[in-house]
Amino acid sequence: MRTEAKVLLSLGVFFGAMSVVYWNWGHENAGGVMMFAGMLLCFLPGGYYYWWSRRMRARPEDDPNATQAQGAGVVGAFPGTSIWPFTLGMGAFFVVLALVFGIWFLVPGLGLVVWALFGGTAEGRRGGTQ
Amino acid sequence: MTDVLDPPVVAAHGDHDDEHEEHHGPTGILKWMTTTDHKVIGMSYTVTAVIMMVIGGALAEIIRAQLTTPNNSLVSFAQFNELFTMHGSVMIYLFVGPFAFGALANIIVPIQIGAPDMAFPRLNALSYWLYLTGSITMLSGFFVAGGAANFGWVAYAPLSNSINTPGAGADLWIGGLLLTGFSAIFTGVNLCATIFYLRAPGMTMFRMPIFTWNLLVTAILILLAFPVLTAGLIMLYCDRHFGTHIFTVPGGGVPVLWQHIFWFWGHPEVYILALPFFGMVTEIIAVFSRKPVFGYKGMVFATLSIGALSLGVWAHHMFTTGVVLLPFFSIMSLLIAVPTGIKMFNWIGTMWRGEVWFSTAMLMAVGFLITFLIGGLTGIYLASPPLDFFTHDTYFVVAHFHSIVMALVMGAMGGLYYWGPKITGYLLNETIGKIQFWFLFIGTQVFTLPMYLLGLRGMPRRIPVYPLHPSWQFLNQLSTVGAVLVGVSTVAFMVNIVYSWKKYPAGDNPWDGHTLEWFTTSPPPHHNFYRLPQIRSERPTWDYNHPGHTAAEHGHHADHHPEHHDEVPVV
Repeated sequence: MRTEAKVLLSLGVFFGAMSVVYWNWGHENAGGVMMFAGMLLCFLPGGYYYWWSRRMRARPEDDPNATQAQGAGVVGAFPGTSIWPFTLGMGAFFVVLALVFGIWFLVPGLGLVVWALFGGTAEGRRGGTQ
Repeated sequence: MTDVLDPPVVAAHGDHDDEHEEHHGPTGILKWMTTTDHKVIGMSYTVTAVIMMVIGGALAEIIRAQLTTPNNSLVSFAQFNELFTMHGSVMIYLFVGPFAFGALANIIVPIQIGAPDMAFPRLNALSYWLYLTGSITMLSGFFVAGGAANFGWVAYAPLSNSINTPGAGADLWIGGLLLTGFSAIFTGVNLCATIFYLRAPGMTMFRMPIFTWNLLVTAILILLAFPVLTAGLIMLYCDRHFGTHIFTVPGGGVPVLWQHIFWFWGHPEVYILALPFFGMVTEIIAVFSRKPVFGYKGMVFATLSIGALSLGVWAHHMFTTGVVLLPFFSIMSLLIAVPTGIKMFNWIGTMWRGEVWFSTAMLMAVGFLITFLIGGLTGIYLASPPLDFFTHDTYFVVAHFHSIVMALVMGAMGGLYYWGPKITGYLLNETIGKIQFWFLFIGTQVFTLPMYLLGLRGMPRRIPVYPLHPSWQFLNQLSTVGAVLVGVSTVAFMVNIVYSWKKYPAGDNPWDGHTLEWFTTSPPPHHNFYRLPQIRSERPTWDYNHPGHTAAEHGHHADHHPEHHDEVPVV
């Protein structure tokens, strides 16, 4: 966990320094803001990982001497098959077509998106399909 | 070192057994539509991306045919604009990018770190569907009145506004890019979460294969860069249809803001495209030189520094606008040559005194090195504003980035030859592979090197015709010959797939590989592993297969043992 945090935090520090230098030297707003936002985007997960890394024991994947047995147990729930990504993808497709060909495409588009959101959430609560 | 234990239990869906699932699930096209298996999704990505490469390549051949003779009239000016726009868009947005972080990354990264799947399998499937529908959206521009987008793949304002580029083709281009952009963002989230949370016990960050490291940095860059593009596209759409004036001068907007936003995505995008192929090449060179990666930590830090610097170099595409801070962007761009040079040094160091086995994958990797070096060095020229002022928007720039992306294509082909056996269980024919390599390598140089000269002699890019000028004509014809050779290499690849179809069973570890993917079966089972070895270095499979050798410490390269020749399969 600690290495992950260090990677993100050091990238964030570099972007922060770059945005300060750039802002004061170039007086150009767009790039300065974007680099500053890049810093925040690194600090948010980086800070989260750092906070946790100080409060938890090293995970087996952080321990150079871990045995495979230490990783035994459930690592997560992985749905077997699911139609909802396809439904959501097609919904997004129709929403984008609405940008080009006419607002009425939003009806099937948003319909599929909402249907997929409900279906996918319900599927997640059941712990996957099959 | 040699004890092998069962991998962690994966709760697939309640308490079903993994083995049963493959028999009870949907079949046929429904199986493809509902799959959440990262290997199947990765394969869909691979096939779609290769189809996009063929489409983009066909567009390129038409462009080269048009430019073969002066004042040619094979295509109209308007068609030519569509051709170069869609060639660039298809290649960058729909082929190289998705191939880099969607196709092989999707298949290989979870297996390399000992994970059962990507962290969010359904999100992964959604990424693929957005990529597919985005590709269809962008390409369908060819079938609407007014034709496909024709403002160049960079869509500079104010050329891309509704007055200068009316029609549905441009909107379809924006829409397709929105979809593929979200696809990339979701893949970035997925890769980060997978690499941070699903590593096998003992697989510390500094034991991850270089390919996985590169994909981690790629994923972080995706998360930093792609949202900016998406925001920019929405602004562009609003300018075109809702009467906003973000990029138009009459309403108080700033056209050059589009360039800032576009290149703030566009330059990290170059590294989003390149880093995965750097990773592939690193793996290939190490395995086929029978040595651990030279300077593992240097490689990791070089990758991280490329990622860090890439966010501060975007305006080197905008030197000639006259409103950017030249020294800052020049310094930052030149600095990127340092970590890239470290990588180049380490690749050569990995080969140095190794038992180099010139399989097709290795040839592709070496071809990548040479071609990327040409593209990289000319990039250093372009990072210098005084030189850039003279070469901007000439064929010199076109040649520079075609050297780069053709190097990436060689990396992609190397990756397919190297990991294809793991994914499908069958090897490709090496003889046809080598024929493909030589056509690709020679063709690339023949088609890019004349472009450098054309650029230095003043030929602007994106022109459909040029006046009769003997030296321009000869160089253009040479370039067309090279493009045809590259086309032949693509045909050779297709022939190889058909010819080698299920002909040469690969076995689990045909190359005596280093990393975890070579420990499992070919193709890997559902959830990837029946068992995992103990992980004590960055190459656990090699340690397991060569128990007499101590695990290689970083920076220690003494294990160069010719007596293991007999384990090298001859294909």
